[in-house]
Amino acid sequence: MSLDLLTAITVFVLAVLVGFEVISKVPATLHTPLMSGANSIHGIVVIGAMFISATADNAFGYVLAFVAMAFGAMNVVGGYVVTDRMLHMFRAKPGSDPSR
Amino acid sequence: MTTTETIIRYVFLAAAACFVWGLHLMNSPATARRGNLLSAGAMTVAIGATAVLLAERGAVSATGWIVMLCGAAIGSAAGLYLARSVAMTSMPQLVSLFNAVGGGAAALIAVEHLLHAAGGESLGASITVPGALDIVIGAVTLTGSVVAAGKLQGIVPGRPIIFPGARVLNVVLGLSFVVGTVWLVAVPQSIGALVLLVVSASVFGVTMVLPIGGADMPVVISLLNAFTGTAVAMAGFVLGEVVLIVAGALVGASGAILTKLMADAMNRSIANIIIGGFGTGDGDA
Repeated sequence: MSLDLLTAITVFVLAVLVGFEVISKVPATLHTPLMSGANSIHGIVVIGAMFISATADNAFGYVLAFVAMAFGAMNVVGGYVVTDRMLHMFRAKPGSDPSR
Repeated sequence: MTTTETIIRYVFLAAAACFVWGLHLMNSPATARRGNLLSAGAMTVAIGATAVLLAERGAVSATGWIVMLCGAAIGSAAGLYLARSVAMTSMPQLVSLFNAVGGGAAALIAVEHLLHAAGGESLGASITVPGALDIVIGAVTLTGSVVAAGKLQGIVPGRPIIFPGARVLNVVLGLSFVVGTVWLVAVPQSIGALVLLVVSASVFGVTMVLPIGGADMPVVISLLNAFTGTAVAMAGFVLGEVVLIVAGALVGASGAILTKLMADAMNRSIANIIIGGFGTGDGDA
């Protein structure tokens, strides 16, 4: 899809401002899970990897697309599972400090 | 735009909204887990929608689908295994590793997109500039996060590592980024420019993290996490996909705020940590 540059920059700037505001006073114990949660969200890159897999048309392109797919999928799946594990631990023992 | 394509754009918008809301829920211990599940659900739907979109367009070759499925299967299996099996105490380095592969994927997307276009239409600066930024930021994150994970794991010594000429090398690498970007804008078909950007950024990731002490690694990982978000947003500019721009910018900005909060909690400034060299090592945190 072709995207008007001005529209793209508008969306980018507004999303940056939302990102600044969405993090408020976070207790220190949640710093690592929050970092891990944000890490999973940029796993959206796997969608980009799907698009380049769709357009690749030579062997080198397929290799790049394959590696990008594997990397992206690892980021998404691993990221969400490890975040959930951290938060589970957090709930099980309210006194413990999962940030380390 | 076909009806299916329009519906999928709305699905992407809903997913982006869920990412914001999910991140917001993660601010408080009581709702954090729900926030993560919401975000994971939105991601699953967005990936499914992309598959439907590509099938609807009918432009994907059989090889393309096989590459996609095999890559997804291997990546998911590796991610799931690591996330389940790693010890609780090793989680920060695992997050760093997942962050590294995310940055690597973002860089590869720009490389492939620019190489692919090299055979056909010429690309304007609105594609090549974000493309160059994507490659630089993504490759810096890839190698930087691997070194950061290595320092936490004890594979790379945790003490600050300073070697003679490091400052000069960093200046040279910084100049290479500028030269590579200008080169790519001038000649979008240039493979030399792509190689220069990838190599100099990969080296810079290592030289950036080596002089920083092991105890500061969580802050560095958070900073590199924000970098990956920005790289993914740049990949969104390259591909013209709004959902990548929104999610990437969201992580870039929230990651930057989180990095500042983490540095504040340690009574350090981010600049102080990044300049490094006199930070704390493993022992005296």
